[in-house]
Amino acid sequence: MTLQTSGAAIRTDHVARHYQMGSALVRAVDDVSVSIRPGEFVALLGSSGSGKSTLLNLIAGLDRPTSGGIYAHDLNLANMSSQELARHRSHTIGIVFQAFNLLPRMTLEENVELPLRLAGVDRAERGSRVHEAIHHVKLGARLTHRPSELSGGEQQRAALARALVNRPTILLADEPTGNLDSATGDEIMNLLREINESLRMTIVMVTHEQPRAERFAHRMILMKDGKLVSDGEGI
Amino acid sequence: MKFRDLTELAWRNLREALLRNSLTTLGIGVGVASLVAMLSLGVGLQEMANQRLSRSGLFDAIIVAPRTNFRGFGRAARDDAAPPAPAGQLDDEARKALERLPNVVEVYPEIRFPTEIRYAGIPYSTVVAGVPESAQRSGAYDGMTGTFFSGPSADEAILQIEFARQLSPVPGSLLGKDLVLRYAERQALPAEPEANNLRENSTGAGDAGLSGGFSVVPREEKLRIVGIVETEPASGFGGVGRGRVLIPLQVAERLRVAQTNDFRTMLGARPGKSAYQSLTVRVKSPAVVKDVEDAIKPMGLATFSLLDATSNLRQVFAVFDLLMGIFGSLALIVASLGIINTLVMAILERRREIGILKALGAADSDIGKLFFVEAGVMGLIGGFLGVILGWLIGFGMNFATNTYLRRQSLPPLKVSSVPWWMVAAAIAFSIAVSLAAGLYPASRAARLNPVEALRYE
Repeated sequence: MTLQTSGAAIRTDHVARHYQMGSALVRAVDDVSVSIRPGEFVALLGSSGSGKSTLLNLIAGLDRPTSGGIYAHDLNLANMSSQELARHRSHTIGIVFQAFNLLPRMTLEENVELPLRLAGVDRAERGSRVHEAIHHVKLGARLTHRPSELSGGEQQRAALARALVNRPTILLADEPTGNLDSATGDEIMNLLREINESLRMTIVMVTHEQPRAERFAHRMILMKDGKLVSDGEGI
Repeated sequence: MKFRDLTELAWRNLREALLRNSLTTLGIGVGVASLVAMLSLGVGLQEMANQRLSRSGLFDAIIVAPRTNFRGFGRAARDDAAPPAPAGQLDDEARKALERLPNVVEVYPEIRFPTEIRYAGIPYSTVVAGVPESAQRSGAYDGMTGTFFSGPSADEAILQIEFARQLSPVPGSLLGKDLVLRYAERQALPAEPEANNLRENSTGAGDAGLSGGFSVVPREEKLRIVGIVETEPASGFGGVGRGRVLIPLQVAERLRVAQTNDFRTMLGARPGKSAYQSLTVRVKSPAVVKDVEDAIKPMGLATFSLLDATSNLRQVFAVFDLLMGIFGSLALIVASLGIINTLVMAILERRREIGILKALGAADSDIGKLFFVEAGVMGLIGGFLGVILGWLIGFGMNFATNTYLRRQSLPPLKVSSVPWWMVAAAIAFSIAVSLAAGLYPASRAARLNPVEALRYE
């Protein structure tokens, strides 16, 4: 048996995610094949229910495909055990959500430290990595603040710091500007682009805001009803 | 995830829902307290019974008698199945042989005789008993008024309280006073050669002649009263009707008081040898009674001990403790349902958080362990709390019992006892029950689908 390597950071091969809702079969993602190169900034576009978030969850290893393959650096997530998927999420993937998803009872510093705890990183090493990530998103003065004491933009930057702290190769962002005003949204997008350029990190961002996607992403993939509609260059 | 991080996160989660988790932990504490209180009562009563029985000298003592005498107790010897050794004499040689056996602490005869004492010129009929020096260490004399004998051959007496009250309405005032013991001394007579020849001719055995018999002479002995005991401490078998005036055993032996069995002994003894009707062999602990008995039987002597009675007693207390433990555990089992309820509620409340943790790289096992540790921490704290509560309940039981006993003018008792092993066992049991209760919530939390959990509002 020969191992075929594509060199892609992310590759989906006729991937499908179907699920039963009552008597109806919902084809959330249906036969989607894409390949994303290392260091690419890709926007997944589509209206609500188009399957873009489901595809993002499949890439993150949070969900399993009904059929087809999903490869992250040529490792097929579909064949991984739940323990291996957890390791994939911990070491390869960083995720930011529309709702920030910071733990409200923890300070900014503790929230950012959380992925390091889960990955079993030594206590001695954590401090420097947490401060490095927090300074990257320019929240150094807010270390001891709780999420409720931060603005929406600051919360999303904190979520970005948390996603970066384990030094992943792929950053997944699910509607990262969806809960922010336009100016703050642009700030976050600029930050994402800066991360993409400075760290050569592959970014896949789910959004329904096409103009913003066109301004910041290298490439736009449009989905509709679970299918890939178009796959074209952005900026 | 490392264990320290796991416990830190678990502790943080427990503090988050402080009231609910505190109430659940209190529930476990009450469960453990009920278990500890029940067991402490069982153990306390057992300790009390053991202490009293060991003070009685019944369980580390073996009665040794010539086989013929032993039959006289109205029961068969226990080693009927084994071929009997030739019947042995229970004389001074046998006593020395018994003293040389391993694990034997001392060997002494039972000396107890009814007699008369005079105090302040007034005669009193009573029973005098010899007390071995070792009796002091049994603890039976710990609470006495006055002191134990100053030496093994001191001319001193300890009075039983009831008898002391007969002598004086203020028993304490008797200490240091003298009383006169009047007794019948047995004086051996030389053997009669003619009688021995007659026996040899008639039986042809010739190995043992008749002793010369004895005469009985009245004597007096002055004894100083050094102590008064509340209860009557026995120093072997024969607790019923034991002495009310206790004197050192060596003094009792020295007096050579004529006893009721002297007539029979006179006929059975070899000339020039004194024989005992029975000897008490005190051993190091009840555990070696059987071994020592086995060593004595080949000497042609019969033995009797209360070993069987001890094992029955232990069985009774084991069953009693078990029942106490079961009743006590019921409350802990109910409390464990509280843990399940609390953690299942926590899963519902922290559903989204579980999703976030999984998205950030937590494995299913990490989530399961987190809930498992939370259950364990509640068990640990509840266990400590329960032990303290249980000890307080036990303390209360002792206090209430002793308050009542004091009002009845009875000596104090320790009805509840919490030994260190019970503390350790109760905490371990509390953690084990809590972990068992945490199994289902932990497995349910671990199996949560992260995508669905993240959608949860």
